Amino acid sequence: MRREPPQTFADYSPLLFPAAMLTIFFVVPFGTMIAVSFFQRQQGGFYTPAFVFDNYARFLSAFFGGVLGFSMMMAIAVAICCVLLALPFTYLLTRMARRVQIVWLVALLSILSLSEVIIGFAWSTLFSRTAGITNILVALGLMSEAKALTPSFAAVLTGMVYQAFPYTVLVLFPALVRLDPTLTEAARTLGASPLKAFFTVVVPALRNTIVATLIMVFIFALGSYLLPQLLGRPQHWTLSVLITDQAIYQSNMPFAAAMAVFLVLVTLGLVALTVIAGRKGEAA
Amino acid sequence: MTSVFRKFYFFLIGLFLALPLIVVAGVSVNQKQTLAFPPQGFSTSWYGEIFVNPEWRNALLASLTLAVLSAALAVAIALPLAWFLWRRVAPWANIFQLLGVAPFTLPPVITALGLLTFWATAGFYGQPWTAVVSHAIFFVTLPLVTLSLGFTSIDRSLVEAAATMGADDRTIFRTVVLPLILPYIVSGYAFAFVLSLNEYIVAYMTVGFTMETLPIKIFNALRYGYTPTMASVTVLFVSTAAVIFGLVARFGDLPKLLGAMASDQK
Repeated sequence: MRREPPQTFADYSPLLFPAAMLTIFFVVPFGTMIAVSFFQRQQGGFYTPAFVFDNYARFLSAFFGGVLGFSMMMAIAVAICCVLLALPFTYLLTRMARRVQIVWLVALLSILSLSEVIIGFAWSTLFSRTAGITNILVALGLMSEAKALTPSFAAVLTGMVYQAFPYTVLVLFPALVRLDPTLTEAARTLGASPLKAFFTVVVPALRNTIVATLIMVFIFALGSYLLPQLLGRPQHWTLSVLITDQAIYQSNMPFAAAMAVFLVLVTLGLVALTVIAGRKGEAA
Repeated sequence: MTSVFRKFYFFLIGLFLALPLIVVAGVSVNQKQTLAFPPQGFSTSWYGEIFVNPEWRNALLASLTLAVLSAALAVAIALPLAWFLWRRVAPWANIFQLLGVAPFTLPPVITALGLLTFWATAGFYGQPWTAVVSHAIFFVTLPLVTLSLGFTSIDRSLVEAAATMGADDRTIFRTVVLPLILPYIVSGYAFAFVLSLNEYIVAYMTVGFTMETLPIKIFNALRYGYTPTMASVTVLFVSTAAVIFGLVARFGDLPKLLGAMASDQK
């Protein structure tokens, strides 16, 4: 049976349920959010329909600029750390036995599926004074006294890298599996060391994949909404945390919605860049 | 030499990934309600606490119910869509594929906020079933991607043979397509189930004030200080995820599944 265009109305019927669900519960909520971003906020957490730009005008404050700048900087730092750690790891993983690969993939998937609440709790425990990593250093005689390592910028960064690392590996995995092994073999035959072959053959061959991965991890890190709150101080809050905070605790839905719309625009712009980077990769 | 270097590198990565979980596992067996590592004394009572303490038990039940139902709904949305896209030539219908992948690609807080404003406007805010629908939409990407992959792997000549022998669409679907696609349905369901179990922000923004799922319960408990039950729940969650993904790997082709998933997300 070949694929054929739908002939009668009945041919479209399988599409009805999915199309209705996605339209009602994704497109409409998205539209509602955009509408709310133009609404007028009332005292006490309510809002009334209006068409004002007040919520967007608040972006122009120094505070918001600071948060936006910090969020971007944080996400860039996470993306770079993750790709640096994950690229050699994934490359070596794809060259291992299938059974070993599967064990690592199961472990990575399990960590990737973990709730941010749980990751935040686990790292705050590891960085705590009473149960933390500093106790090991004290036991080894490297430190005189155990101390708490959170809240701090380094704690937020570590937590976010931990969260994004499995994602980075899984994004890189398919591209590295498909990488032609004869490329490195040729380099080795010509006398390059494994390390040199990696940097002069593998990395350049994957340039577009690396760019696309950096952008995807960047988007992933932008979405982190709890770790900066659990492991950092208020100055370490990112845009996602601020949106949650405005929506839930400050009850300022219009402002939260306006920030979310802004975040969507940033994300979509970056997705477009990823697609372009991917296209170039195919053409080359 | 390089092999030693490689082993060391993998060991370090493994340590980085495992360390927080090892410490949490250690903390979870403390005798008293203290946050201490290495653990002081040994007790499994904090694991019993999940099932004995009514608050934790209710949160566990809420999370399980939510995950079972929302993953089923996600598959129910994804299956007809993936089947239609495979069976028919209808380029415009790809827009629904795009809509199905979008909630997972955008930062989660956006989907959560969209659903919050939607349920509040519609007047259903806080109803437990809204969380089921919200999670189903949020995670529909996972069954959609695994099922699309499953359909492309079906040999069309099998379907053609059935059609030549007089089977209609319904019979073909039941006797040929469904048995071939079943492993992909199961893995899609498994992915959606595990992620729904762990999901915090969408659940919190839709039903956070009326019911507690386990991640919400852990977060609320964190704000009032520490209890070792959080640690035992964490260990329970990590093991559940590892067992489920281990089963998917055992009965399916995990590397292939992941190879396709990541390329589809781009």
